[in-house]
Amino acid sequence: MSEHPDRRAVVRALLDERGDLLVIAGLGASAWDITAAGDCPQNFPLWGGMGGAAMLGLGLALAQPQRKVLVITGDGEMLMGVGGLATIAVQKPANLSVVVLDNEHYSETGGQETATRHGVDLAAMARGAGIADARLLISLEAVPALRDAIHAGAGPLFAVVKIAMGNLPLVLPPREGAFLQARFREALLGPAAHHQL
Amino acid sequence: MDRDALEMRPDAAADWPDRIFDTLKAHAITQVALVPDAGHARLIRRCLADNAMRVITLTTEEEGVALLGGAWLGGAKGVLLMQSSGVGNCINMLSLAILHRTPLPMLVTMRGDFAEFNPAQVPMGHATQAVLEAMGTLVHRADRPEDVAVTVDATIRLAFNTYRPTATLLGQRLIGAKTFGKD
Repeated sequence: MSEHPDRRAVVRALLDERGDLLVIAGLGASAWDITAAGDCPQNFPLWGGMGGAAMLGLGLALAQPQRKVLVITGDGEMLMGVGGLATIAVQKPANLSVVVLDNEHYSETGGQETATRHGVDLAAMARGAGIADARLLISLEAVPALRDAIHAGAGPLFAVVKIAMGNLPLVLPPREGAFLQARFREALLGPAAHHQL
Repeated sequence: MDRDALEMRPDAAADWPDRIFDTLKAHAITQVALVPDAGHARLIRRCLADNAMRVITLTTEEEGVALLGGAWLGGAKGVLLMQSSGVGNCINMLSLAILHRTPLPMLVTMRGDFAEFNPAQVPMGHATQAVLEAMGTLVHRADRPEDVAVTVDATIRLAFNTYRPTATLLGQRLIGAKTFGKD
């Protein structure tokens, strides 16, 4: 495990020159990771709704087909909502990418093993659902090509990035959910977002 | 016993599903997330036939709560269609709509509610309204055809005007008529 890259380094490389990329992060360490890379209104870090990150990405990607949407989440969070891979595959949003940071453990709750520790292959499950571009990355050097594919918008794209275990210092995003939603919508839709009926 | 009675499909002559469709169009609903129910079959067909609507068939209803949160982030309005049994699958995910103040209208066809045949439908059907309300959802009921459109309209308005999950429960008395295979 220890040779796998550091999760913060992976996320920094994924978000390098992100432009107008819209980013959703699953609850826990993934949310801390995108915040450590730089909090901004185009980030939507989740504090709850375990299993829902990829589906939030789908709803956003369908609503904004001209924008690229990236979901970054953990293996435990993705496993809880794994049926969503079928839902995404059927909808085929070209502008949606889902990247799973896979340390094979529930790191926030004491490091208990997830199913991926025992051979469950999320990339194969995505491929089986019908997401043709489903990748497995095991090195930091492979991340820039993934970053470029996310911006190319020929998705849906699914990737598992194996990462090292271990809890890093907390870098917390704002906790107030209405603020997170409103700032994201204002950045995307302008001030009219607050008057939409 | 015929299959339509078992699945509680509305009478083919009932036009309230069309009135729901008209209401969705009036509110510019573009994402229709659902796990199918026989009571919603006619409405689902109308939505599938509409080029301005995206029908997203879910593997479980909680996906729809998250999906419509993402839709609203992107400025799109959606609605979640499900059977009462699906409400139980949504419980924790409804946290997101409360936390983020997300408009989330839900249209729920009831089972285990009025003259039910299937014992398995009763536990969740009996708990549907209590579960929704326990998770902060404002709930209305429609049990007569003439109440459907106005109730659905109010449910959608309440969601988008006041930023919260809302639901119309479409009572089994409304949807339970036998069709004898005509639909």
